[in-house]
Amino acid sequence: MTPGAHPRPAGLLARVFSTDHKVIGKQYLFTGIFFLFFAGLMALLIRWQLAYPFRSVPLVGGLLFGKGGIMGGEHYTMLFTMHGSLMVFFAVTPILIGAMGNFVVPLQIGARDMAYPRLNATSYWILFAGGLVMAASFFVPGGAASAGWTNYPPLSSDRGVTLGQGQTLWLLGIVLAGTSTLLGAINFVATILNLRAPGMTLRRLPLATWSYFFTSVLNVLWVPVVAAALILVLLDRVAGTSFFLAGANAPFEGGQPLLYQHLFWGFGHPEVYILILPVWGILSDLLSVFSRKPAFGYRVSVIAMAAIVAVSGIVWGHHMFTSGMSPLLGKAFVLLTLAVSVPTALLFLNWLGTLWKGSIRFEPPMVYALGIVFVFAVGGLTGVFNALQAFDIYIHDTYFVVAHFHYTLAASVFLGSFAAISYWFPKMFGRRMNARLSVVHFLLSFLLLNVVFLAMFRMGIAGMPRRVADPFVYEYLQPMRGWSVLAGWGTLGLGLVQLLFAWDFFRSLRAGPAAPANPWGAATLEWSVASPPPPHNFERTPRVAGGPHEYGRPGPGGRDWVPQDEEVSLT
Amino acid sequence: MGFPEDASLHGHLLDRLYGHAFWLTLAAFLAVVAILGWCLVRYRARPGRLPTYTHGSGRGALLLSLGLAFAVFVGIDLNLALEDHRVFDALVGTPPDPAKAFRIQVMPQQFVWNVRYPGEDGEFGTDDDLTTLNQIHVPAGRPVLVELRSMDVVHSFFLPHFRIKQDALPGLTTRAYFQATKTGTYEVACAELCGLEHYRMRGFLHVGSEEEVAEWIARTREEYGADQELWRAWTRMKRESD
Ligand SMILES: [Cu+2]
Ligand SMILES: [Cu+2]
Repeated sequence: MTPGAHPRPAGLLARVFSTDHKVIGKQYLFTGIFFLFFAGLMALLIRWQLAYPFRSVPLVGGLLFGKGGIMGGEHYTMLFTMHGSLMVFFAVTPILIGAMGNFVVPLQIGARDMAYPRLNATSYWILFAGGLVMAASFFVPGGAASAGWTNYPPLSSDRGVTLGQGQTLWLLGIVLAGTSTLLGAINFVATILNLRAPGMTLRRLPLATWSYFFTSVLNVLWVPVVAAALILVLLDRVAGTSFFLAGANAPFEGGQPLLYQHLFWGFGHPEVYILILPVWGILSDLLSVFSRKPAFGYRVSVIAMAAIVAVSGIVWGHHMFTSGMSPLLGKAFVLLTLAVSVPTALLFLNWLGTLWKGSIRFEPPMVYALGIVFVFAVGGLTGVFNALQAFDIYIHDTYFVVAHFHYTLAASVFLGSFAAISYWFPKMFGRRMNARLSVVHFLLSFLLLNVVFLAMFRMGIAGMPRRVADPFVYEYLQPMRGWSVLAGWGTLGLGLVQLLFAWDFFRSLRAGPAAPANPWGAATLEWSVASPPPPHNFERTPRVAGGPHEYGRPGPGGRDWVPQDEEVSLT
Repeated sequence: MGFPEDASLHGHLLDRLYGHAFWLTLAAFLAVVAILGWCLVRYRARPGRLPTYTHGSGRGALLLSLGLAFAVFVGIDLNLALEDHRVFDALVGTPPDPAKAFRIQVMPQQFVWNVRYPGEDGEFGTDDDLTTLNQIHVPAGRPVLVELRSMDVVHSFFLPHFRIKQDALPGLTTRAYFQATKTGTYEVACAELCGLEHYRMRGFLHVGSEEEVAEWIARTREEYGADQELWRAWTRMKRESD
């Protein structure tokens, strides 16, 4: 690539529609944080309603729900639908993949940009359009979507039962987000395969970049499946077709609601790995950096991630054990799902192996990373219960499932995002965040998210169904009132603690102390350039001479690491 | 363990399966946390402490990986899958003989449970059928066979005290079975989001003796008569899907 591959744009318009992966990464980051804020506020409203059903919501109730400030079943249903959808497609995906992936991957492999810079910008702006559609859906007649993030037909597709225009806009918004993710994923695969600097063999890729590769492969394979399914729902809704409609209300024969569930979960299960894989990769690298030791069992980690990618496409049935699926087929899904525990256990072995006999520095990114090992252990191990067909029949669609996926997709993924932000913030913005605030933010978040999600496990075991505006209409759930109140206040605390992070983040953007090129003493290529990196990343294309995790090995000048682009002189 | 009271013949099997999975995963969790905690204390950075330079790619590490993979697969995966297989077959894998079971049809619609009893002749669609709303009466000590078919969207028939949950879909008949061991009144919950008033979809399951149930059905039919309208709806749905 020549230095003039993408000339520095001058005008404001050209800066907004930048094709620089670093700028696009930041655009994804701010978009993700924006939606995270609103989807987080929705969580507060949801937990208020569950703690004190149909009691006036303090402060904002009157504004949001009209006189009396009491939310109705319809508001509650819209809130959890939008909370889940916005979190998955407009907060987690943009922050973890769009922002961190875009910023980090080209730098880590020694490239000047992504393989297709204009496609990269297009991906972002498609997501932006999707975000506008989702935001608009709150203001249309009938209100926002209300069929859950899983969007099962006929509820979602039969206009006789879901009246809101918001449902139609939701379908459009999610299809746009999916298109954005798909184009981004193609870009990642092409970039990682083709733009690696000389010497950056696959065996020298940092594990974070490996994880972005695997995540992108999954996105390329499975996002089209869900997009197709959603487009068919859209046709059922607006064009009078009958793909997923059956029974007395269906206009035509031959439609099948169950087919949608198969298509949705065919994507839905890989999606959990799409979101968690980058966390695993980043975690693996961070543990190595801050233990000052090479990542333990690098090759086994890569093979384990590849194995999970392979298996993830054939386990979706564990979401459908109560759907009326064949029991024999169910048993195959049980064993396949349980088998995922083998590569997962190997990843844990390697994380602990990295810490073992290291010299552990409790810097903020490391503290978040260590928290992930704990919460992901809870999230992963409780997955075992969901895999057991007989037991799943009882816990399916209860708070047990909600607790399980919040340990993985909320606790692990957000601690992963915080770890990534706090680790790469100096590189992104050339400034440093406040270490003490970050550690306080971690400790309080860690405590409170365990309170909230453990309470959810307790309610799940009691058989509390999810998506119920007032679980206490059921007599058998009365003993759970205390737990629900605890989860409510825990969530409020968790929300307030995030303000600490937001304050530190936005303050450090302008006023943080200047960051050196390599504040953590890290060996990967992004730390070999200035903070923030120059427009074309590398003045000269780096030549990679070694692995990504050469720590704990005395180098020149008293360094205890060997940068990836440094030839080691054997002395 | 925190479950609702078990009023079914097979529920305890499931509770025990949960117990086994719980102790196994707790052991694995504690092992992870113990090693993690040990590392954080023992290997925290201190002046003069040198990390051990190793990639964990040697023979020893490989054997450790293989050993762990084997232990997890056999000790957790196969172990639990086999027990799950047995419990599943006892719980839902083996339908009761329809001739001997107490049969009902449940036809949920937004936001009620329509329940249909075949009456004395044991046949649906005859004059002595009875249809009720949200009230299910079944005898204790006999398998109950529930045929489910939704009249609109997907609902899920959940009996927490019987550890049973089964989705009801339009255009497709699904089945659920259980056997009650204790008399009393229990709740039916809808466990699949079915609309804005999903939370109101609460029903009741009354477990009585055979005589009590027969007497209740006869008495209620006397009072309200058979509702042939619903039966026609059921057969219409069936024709369209077949
Ligand atoms: Cu899954
Ligand atoms: Cu329902």
